[in-house]
Amino acid sequence: MAQTITIDPITRIEGHAKITIQLDEQGIVRDARIHITQFRGFEKLCEGRRFSEMPALTARICGICPVSHLIASGKACDALLAVRIPETAEKLRRIFNLAQLVQSHALSFFHLSSPDFLLGMDADPAVRNLVGVIQTNPQMARDGIRLRQIGQQMIEWLAGKRIHPSWIVPGGVAQPLSAEKREQMLASIPEALDITQRAIAWFKNTMTQFSEEIQTFANFPSLFLGLVTETGALEHYDGVLRVVDSAGNVIADKIDPDDYEHYIGEAVEPWTYLKFPYYKPIGYPEGVYRVGPLARLNLIDRCGTPRADEAWAEFRALERGAVLSSFYYHYARLIEILYGLERIQQLLNEPDILDTRVQAVAGPNRSEGIGVAEAPRGTLIHHYRIDKDGLITWANLIIATGHNNLAMNRGILQAAKHFVKGDQIQEGMLNRVEAVIRCFDPCLSCSTHAVGQMPLHIQLLSPTGEVLDEVRR
Amino acid sequence: MNQPVRVKTLKIDGRDVSGREDETILEVARQNGIFIPTLCNLEGLTPIGACRLCLVEIKGVSRLLPACVTRVEEGMEVYTQSERLQKYRRMVLELLFSERNHICSVCVVNGHCELQSMAQILGMTHVSVPYRFPRLPVDASHERFVVDHNRCILCTRCVRVCDEIEGAHTWDVMGRGIDSRVITDLNQPWGESETCTSCGKCVNVCPTGALFEKGKPVSERLKKRQFLPYLTMMREERR
Ligand code: SF4
Ligand code: SF4
Ligand code: FES
Repeated sequence: MAQTITIDPITRIEGHAKITIQLDEQGIVRDARIHITQFRGFEKLCEGRRFSEMPALTARICGICPVSHLIASGKACDALLAVRIPETAEKLRRIFNLAQLVQSHALSFFHLSSPDFLLGMDADPAVRNLVGVIQTNPQMARDGIRLRQIGQQMIEWLAGKRIHPSWIVPGGVAQPLSAEKREQMLASIPEALDITQRAIAWFKNTMTQFSEEIQTFANFPSLFLGLVTETGALEHYDGVLRVVDSAGNVIADKIDPDDYEHYIGEAVEPWTYLKFPYYKPIGYPEGVYRVGPLARLNLIDRCGTPRADEAWAEFRALERGAVLSSFYYHYARLIEILYGLERIQQLLNEPDILDTRVQAVAGPNRSEGIGVAEAPRGTLIHHYRIDKDGLITWANLIIATGHNNLAMNRGILQAAKHFVKGDQIQEGMLNRVEAVIRCFDPCLSCSTHAVGQMPLHIQLLSPTGEVLDEVRR
Repeated sequence: MNQPVRVKTLKIDGRDVSGREDETILEVARQNGIFIPTLCNLEGLTPIGACRLCLVEIKGVSRLLPACVTRVEEGMEVYTQSERLQKYRRMVLELLFSERNHICSVCVVNGHCELQSMAQILGMTHVSVPYRFPRLPVDASHERFVVDHNRCILCTRCVRVCDEIEGAHTWDVMGRGIDSRVITDLNQPWGESETCTSCGKCVNVCPTGALFEKGKPVSERLKKRQFLPYLTMMREERR
């Protein structure tokens, strides 16, 4: 019996990023929104399951950054066990997280965004892709592929060949690192460092051609939020939360991640499944903040590794206060790759890195656990409550793309104001909006269309809600 | 005085084979390297013919019969791989999958599950009946083990091993038909069971992720099943 299954691309979770632009009575852009159909009910699905399944369960939220969820979830589970995990386990988890940072940033910069820089924002999408990069700058394409491969290779060496590794466990990690794997990892770092420095030099040069984009790409004052070490250096695994304002002043510091609820509120809007986190002391929606690479580099007093510190000093000299243009997310990503590689090297050279005691064994001892870590795209928060048998009774997850939701909408509004004339969407709008979204590297499935263009659907709406103009591809 | 055991000759899939009169079609097939899929059956436990995966065709018999509980007979002609059987077996699996909540990708035994590998071996590509999505509890009250009813296929291996081998009879089945469920003692939380000796035999014989040990990462739970024939053999010898 033959059956035809039709899947409507718009209604599918993995579908188009749909954007609506709202005009007011005068025909002036009033609002712009990106509707993210990402599933919000994930927390509900976890209820009734045993807490120890959470790392594996939540890693399925996203096929692009399962590692980040494993880390945040693992930490929340450690809190439920009420243990401090063995030092070596912590270091291995750090390496795991940084390797993920390297590969994810490499994907974002080289595979997804470099076509825009290399071939121009207005180039035909048919050539504005990785294949186009291979043709115009083969070295760059090779570099990108190699760098990503090195990051992924490290993840595999640590956790085994798995799309969704189950190496992170409550209380530590499942297997120690072998001497052989350690050597292999160390050997791959010099090449990766070279690639990154080449890319930074190239980007600094190329950036100058994009002054218009720098001006208009989600370039507005906002707060920045993320983890830093106790002493204000770059941090992705542990540490304390810090908030800076657009002038670069620290307005909240040394926040225990367990207290996140006092600082981060979550608003819900009926038109999207993604929640809108905001900075509570300022309120909604004024308390807009950004997370991720740009935010992290705006927060810190230094990176903490020599090469990255040098690059960071130059980066911060771009603007007087915090660096505000979201276009610089790309630049920040490269600097973070540099840091990630240097830090992995340091950690691999620690004397106890091969230690075989890597898991603290305990049962559930506390009823509530919070795990906070920095994913490539920004701060990731896992928060669980369990009953006496260790079954999840309640869970809350705040994902990086969520934190950036308000900022992303504001960035699209900025572009819309620029590119909507009368009741029509002007040429170039699609490409710019696409590039604005790409700055934030949101973990929508659509942002992973490495070859080919991002599936987009933009609607221009009159004050009464009727569709005036529509573009899609 | 012991009666001499008689030997029967028969054909399985056209091959001439022979077996003792007290042996089942499944046993004889296995001795001859002929594969018949099974789920509820486990060497060392009394066969019960519950899952119907081992159905075979016998010439001259209109019904399909389960190989695990059907004795061999002289002159039997058994077929194990017909089109019809394959279809029925896949249907049995589809019903098992639709009955409870099987989400392999996040299941504790993903990659080491007998139900899952049966589905692969028998080429079950999809479930054509609607899923029931029942709301079922997870009981994690036991110090070392968990029972997750979402993954149970009611094969009763746990019930049999606990009763026949361990002698504790902690497990049993309550309810009827689609509402059946395995229970510990008189449907108390497992952690409060007075008969459970925490030996872990049930966990090791469970073909799915329904019974598992705490503290191991997801999809890393390997089960040891070889111990059963060994245990029974040792007991028989003692007698
Ligand atoms: S018990 Fe087996 S079939 Fe069921 S979800 Fe787990 S792995 Fe899949
Ligand atoms: S718990 Fe496991 S062994 Fe017991 S009946 Fe269910 S599937 Fe079979
Ligand atoms: S194995 Fe024969 S019925 Fe289950």
